Amino acid sequence: MTIQPVGASRRDFIRASASAAGLVLACSLAPKAVADALSPATATGLNAYVKIAPDGVVTIFAKNPEIGQGVRTSLPMLIAEELDVAWENVRVEQAANDPAVFGRQFAGGSTAIPMNWQEMRRVGAVARAMLIEAAARTWNCPAGECSTTPGEVVHAASGRTLAYGPLAAQCASTTPPDPASVPLKDPKDYRIVGKPKAQYDTPKIVTGQPLFGIDIRRPGMLFATFAKAPVFGAKVAKADLAAARAVKGVRAAFVVDGGEELTGLLPGVAVVATSWWAARQGREALNIQWASHPTSAQGSAGFAARAAELAGGPPQKTLRNDGDAASAMQGAAKTVEAAYAYPFLAHAPMEPMNCTAEYKDGRMEVWAPTQAPEGCRQLIAKTLGLAPEQVIVHMIRAGGGFGRRGMVDYAVEAAWIAREAKAPVMLLWSREDDFRHDFYRVGGFHYLKGGLDAAGKLVAWQDHHVGYGAGGKPVIAGAIAPAEFPAGFVANCRLDSSLMDLGVPVGYWRAPGANAHAFVIQSFIDELAHAAGQDPVAFRLALLGDAKIVGEGREAYNAERARGVLKTVAGMSAWGKTSLPPRTGMGVAFHYSHQGYFAEVVRARVEPSGRVRPEKVWVAADVGSLIVNPSGALNQVQGAVIDGLSAALFQAITIEGGAVKQANFNTYPLLRMADAPQVEVKFLSTDYPPTGLGEPALPPAAPALGGAIFAATGVRIRQLPVDPGLLRA
Amino acid sequence: MAFKLSVNGKALSADVDPKMPLLWVLRDELGVLGPKFGCGIAQCGACTVHLDGHPARACVTPVSAVGAAKITTIEGIGASPAGKALQAAWAELDVAQCGYCQAGQIMSAAALLQKTPKPTDADIEAAMNGNLCRCATYNRIRAAIKRASGQPVEA
Ligand code: FES
Ligand code: FES
Repeated sequence: MTIQPVGASRRDFIRASASAAGLVLACSLAPKAVADALSPATATGLNAYVKIAPDGVVTIFAKNPEIGQGVRTSLPMLIAEELDVAWENVRVEQAANDPAVFGRQFAGGSTAIPMNWQEMRRVGAVARAMLIEAAARTWNCPAGECSTTPGEVVHAASGRTLAYGPLAAQCASTTPPDPASVPLKDPKDYRIVGKPKAQYDTPKIVTGQPLFGIDIRRPGMLFATFAKAPVFGAKVAKADLAAARAVKGVRAAFVVDGGEELTGLLPGVAVVATSWWAARQGREALNIQWASHPTSAQGSAGFAARAAELAGGPPQKTLRNDGDAASAMQGAAKTVEAAYAYPFLAHAPMEPMNCTAEYKDGRMEVWAPTQAPEGCRQLIAKTLGLAPEQVIVHMIRAGGGFGRRGMVDYAVEAAWIAREAKAPVMLLWSREDDFRHDFYRVGGFHYLKGGLDAAGKLVAWQDHHVGYGAGGKPVIAGAIAPAEFPAGFVANCRLDSSLMDLGVPVGYWRAPGANAHAFVIQSFIDELAHAAGQDPVAFRLALLGDAKIVGEGREAYNAERARGVLKTVAGMSAWGKTSLPPRTGMGVAFHYSHQGYFAEVVRARVEPSGRVRPEKVWVAADVGSLIVNPSGALNQVQGAVIDGLSAALFQAITIEGGAVKQANFNTYPLLRMADAPQVEVKFLSTDYPPTGLGEPALPPAAPALGGAIFAATGVRIRQLPVDPGLLRA
Repeated sequence: MAFKLSVNGKALSADVDPKMPLLWVLRDELGVLGPKFGCGIAQCGACTVHLDGHPARACVTPVSAVGAAKITTIEGIGASPAGKALQAAWAELDVAQCGYCQAGQIMSAAALLQKTPKPTDADIEAAMNGNLCRCATYNRIRAAIKRASGQPVEA
């Protein structure tokens, strides 16, 4: 197995410092020298990954924000493994936001494992080598004669051992070895990695100890709400500030002018009070009138009408044109045509947006549940006219992210309000604020045509994607890649794109792009299989062909891995071998995204009312050679699959009069326990470096569900969310 | 108005508007941070507490409606055998993802087990359907309730 470092220009830096507290070790991938940042003066442990106290307790710093993906556990596990310590003796602390020391620190794109898999192990291995070196000096023997068992260095020949704790203090005079040269363990010797570990914060979670952004408390802290216009970016025309100030507990009410950038500080009215409830009462008294805004006429119905218009005309752009799709379509024995659509979606993490900010002596300190701590620091600095060095962002465990907390609008609001209110302030959004001011998963439309030859082979594929954007540039996650499957697998393949204007903030929603395109592409492939009179699994396998890799470079698609998961899931689910009751069906789909290959089968029952009940899901996953934490991994996959079903069955954000209609879970339902199917997961072990799991399990869920509904009822779901009205018995 | 409240066996008092929901009295006035805010309209269950052992959504319970009822939150539920067993099962099965909903989940599950020591799947669904988990840890929540009630757990 070979692993390439993420950027050729990057170098590893390891520095050690020691104090009475023991060994402090930092390893950084930042291109800038880290000597200053890691001078012994920082031996408090911040800015470093590993600290070993004289009593042997090991503290490992978790570099990335925890949003429920388990990274506060999995990255420290990698360090602990190579350091060779017992997991039970490890304490995890959140690292400071300091990219100069820790490299990129963020949560997104299922990147934590692929970007850190090699480096975190090296951090542990370097620390272990230094401890061995210190022991060898004590024993006056060659380091090569020493080894370790968890927590101690061993000299096998003489039967002597030395515990890490006392040794650590002696590492001050040890020069860290070159991280690239330290040997890493053979995975078969792993004691921690690859073994299921409960999340590090579990004891606090189950006993309700403060952990989340909403639990931050500062001396003298006040609570704030911030009312923004339902039409994104509209200014405050009038607000009754005096009425808000008259509410008991309210300390301040003021207008924030804000700017026009939807990702930044927008206009609104802040109310600050001694409790959040009092702040809300104050807000209700404001009676705000909003100025008119150019986007107040936009709406979902208008978007759909415009999409149909664009689909009827020539495409604005052709993204890919292999062979001659038009002629191949004409020569085809059979053609199938369909229009697909999917809505805007909200993230709705369980913990509403919040951030606590304190401005003191020209320094802004914020406690932010964020996926992008550095982006948060930069935006606050820019908006408040501070230098980035004047802004400190503490990464706080977030009650869910799903991409929402990659945007940091709420943090800049908190900072602004705290400075204005001259007190530490927690800004907490209501759930209604959260639904109405999200960065939505963008909706979209696909107009598809497929051609089959007489043998039922797919010979032509045409897709006109109508999305949103301006000046030929799609909005965030609004593009379709020219290499998107089945490009490269069909001789005549044409992908067109047209864009329309959008004044709605959109962003990254779990498995961006893939979460929508997989539904469309895999559902349409199902239609073609049906038209060809072939089994949906067999048709897909035939489409994937025999090649190992299709396409080149970044566009390379590993067809062998796709076939691997597809065959596995067919076996797991006894595909084609199960007789099912009436109005119950099974559907299959696969998708490659975020470096992971996933195939899923859904079994669903459709009630006479049209209500769909997913009963069981089988998942075959290929994310490489090894699963770092099997417990967390299984949880992520089960969650992502149910998340995908939840969105497909129930969820849509509708825009009317420029504003979002849905406001809470009663109008934007999440799947509940009674509808949650059992999700059975198998991880294949393949000869590729381990990759991430936050996202790639989600995309196949919706199309597999669609296939199951079709098998149960004969009705093809071409629009999300599923409309039970189409499925009545 | 002054209210005397019994929270996890401790006598506390709060001088607040009678309409103030118990959730905000607990969190912002008394510093009891276990119950969480998720929706404010009794849709998600993140704020679930017990009033005399019965599950209640603290976000829609005005403090004036609590009366003399004993309030139990996630911080205190471990004192009951069911609560303790649930917390242990939750930890053993590593139920949480983000963890934000889990205080409410455990409180609803504890109310269930106190009434129905060996719940069936249908009992579990009925008792837990008011608690949303955005991370969708439902498979493990179900398994942990079974484990805590001494029933076999499906893989
Ligand atoms: S916050 Fe009370 S039910 Fe959601
Ligand atoms: S664990 Fe995140 S909402 Fe339930």
